[in-house]
Amino acid sequence: MAQTRRTYLVDPLVDNNPITLQVLGICSALAVTSSLQVSLVMAIAVTSVTAFSSMFISMLRNHIPGSIRIIVQMVIIASLVILVDQILKAFLFEISKTLSVFVGLIITNCIVMGRAEAFAMKNPPVDSFIDGIGNGLGYGLILMMVGTVRELFGSGSLFGITILPTVNNGGWYVPNGLLLLPPSAFFIIGLIIWAFRTWKPEQVEVREYIIQEQEVEAH
Amino acid sequence: MPEPDSQETEGFLARFKALPVDSVQKTFFVAVTLCLFCSMVVAAAAVSLRPVQEANKLRDKRINILQVAGLYEPGTDVDEAFAAFEPRVVDLESGTFTDRFDATTFDDKQAAEDVTLSMPLEDDPASIGRRLNYATVYLLNDEQGNLDKIILPVYGYGLWSTLYGFIALEENGNDIYGLQFYEHAETPGLGAEVDNPRWKALWNGKKLRDDDGDLKITVAKGVPSPAMEPFHVDALAGATLTSNGVDNLVRFWMGEQGFAPFLDNLKAGAV
Repeated sequence: MAQTRRTYLVDPLVDNNPITLQVLGICSALAVTSSLQVSLVMAIAVTSVTAFSSMFISMLRNHIPGSIRIIVQMVIIASLVILVDQILKAFLFEISKTLSVFVGLIITNCIVMGRAEAFAMKNPPVDSFIDGIGNGLGYGLILMMVGTVRELFGSGSLFGITILPTVNNGGWYVPNGLLLLPPSAFFIIGLIIWAFRTWKPEQVEVREYIIQEQEVEAH
Repeated sequence: MPEPDSQETEGFLARFKALPVDSVQKTFFVAVTLCLFCSMVVAAAAVSLRPVQEANKLRDKRINILQVAGLYEPGTDVDEAFAAFEPRVVDLESGTFTDRFDATTFDDKQAAEDVTLSMPLEDDPASIGRRLNYATVYLLNDEQGNLDKIILPVYGYGLWSTLYGFIALEENGNDIYGLQFYEHAETPGLGAEVDNPRWKALWNGKKLRDDDGDLKITVAKGVPSPAMEPFHVDALAGATLTSNGVDNLVRFWMGEQGFAPFLDNLKAGAV
């Protein structure tokens, strides 16, 4: 039992990562990763929402009618997200200003829904909670990796501390403006997926079709 | 023996719990209970955290006013430092102070939603649509009680967003001390460089008007002619549209539709 619970926690980090393997939650990964501090807060927010929503949904799983299943899940997730949003606004005002709409959009984050539907509906509360934490951490791990690259090469700093003094502030480093814009996260996530799948070839999906070898008639 | 009331509710709940999960009654029961419960949780959180959130917003605004006046260092006691400022509501039409609103509680953004307090703009360079007829200004007096700095609220459209900020003027109402935006959503690294301390420092010491009283202040690219130098702020590299937005909004608010009547009165000593 302890062994499986550990798998629930560790598996989503690399082997079954929600971003790189399941390719879920990309939208917010693009939007919030231009600085590490914001990425970290977003990762914590998503982790707590996923963990608690999975737990509550799992507690109710035997009483949720199939016909309104998704709506019930959404109501629970949305309430938790509003809670997180309110808490951020009250205690981390500066960061909540930068995160603005993206905290609210955790509601539509496919990872949260995905875990609720795929895991919490069929497993007991504690397991679901751990599974939620694991998946949140898997998401957070990629967010931090992308955030590190984007902040270091886009603004020359990490967690707001200058590492490479930029030209704008009298230094020598010419920052890469593309890295501050959301599309750059696409390239970085793409490269991370490539790296992960080279490291663990079993993650590579089976091709849906194979191009037939064609016999070329000799004339 | 348990009280009949509690037995009844227990029986009531138990009856619903025992219903087949997919029956119509159970579906309604789950939906209604869950919604009631969640709405109570959300409402409780929103109501109990509101005072903290309001305090945060106010503090944030005050920090920005202190920053634009050059009085803020990390660790400054915000409320204490802010006590040096005297907030006053200005009637932009006549350019005089008005006592119609309490300046300590008057909320410019909230009042902007009241159409009776604002007017539509024909000539609207800052793309703000309607302009509120009143604005809260902050007067900073020095130790002798003489006017030292004037902090005026400004806002206007940049590239993606409305930029909200403050401009600080010296006591003569013509020399700029600083410009600072506290809310905007311009491109990070490009337009958002309006927050860069090095760019903000360019505003210090510039003049709004020349000796003839013509509004000359501009944000533009390139090296200005010597005559224009005191009125020229170099535009942000790679952010032409944000720079144009800042140029428009500063010229609008310092112009006749903005604070010009008030600043004229101030210079003439009429307020």
